[in-house]
Amino acid sequence: MSAALLDTALVASQAIVALAMVLALFRLLAGPHAQDRVLALDTLYVNAMILMLLFGIRSATTLFFEAALVIGVLGFVATVAIAKFLLRGEVIE
Amino acid sequence: MSAALPPWAAAVTALLVVAGSLLALVGSIGLLRMKTFYERVHPPTMGTTLGIGLVLVASMVYFTVTQSRPVLHEILVGVFMTMNTPVTYVLLVRAAVHRDALAGVGPAAREPAPPEQAPPEP
Repeated sequence: MSAALLDTALVASQAIVALAMVLALFRLLAGPHAQDRVLALDTLYVNAMILMLLFGIRSATTLFFEAALVIGVLGFVATVAIAKFLLRGEVIE
Repeated sequence: MSAALPPWAAAVTALLVVAGSLLALVGSIGLLRMKTFYERVHPPTMGTTLGIGLVLVASMVYFTVTQSRPVLHEILVGVFMTMNTPVTYVLLVRAAVHRDALAGVGPAAREPAPPEQAPPEP
């Protein structure tokens, strides 16, 4: 009973997060400026992290946790690098 | 593989997980619906702080109960996101202000530029 409840909630949450990723993808494609696209990409990274954590709970392994951590680190570095590029015109001066 | 999940733990995990993903959805809807970039910066922070925080707490509760020992490595991701989100957004907004000032729109371009010195007559 409790396992069925948890599984239903997890599947519903994954659907919700997937919908959120689709909405962020719309902003990524439509964004009028480059900074809008960068913001949408950052949101997409965060939603992918949430999705990885949900996969981890659903499959009852901590393996997906490292994937979420790597996605978080990559998202941070990518967003900072693109913001630096938009500010200065080059990443490493 | 693990101990059976008691009903209270399943209920708490389900509640936290659904709340966290709904907050992420609200953040994405706000990202899509706001008008200007400076308004659009605000909504995704809901997903990055509360959304991911609630899912992390749910993960902590689930693995602590099923493995019968404290599983706290999710705090690492929480600390990481808490430290990095402001840095990212400050850099991004600074880049946006710079680009808007170059384009002549936005908050940085509201004050009138100082009048240019006329070149001296020969």
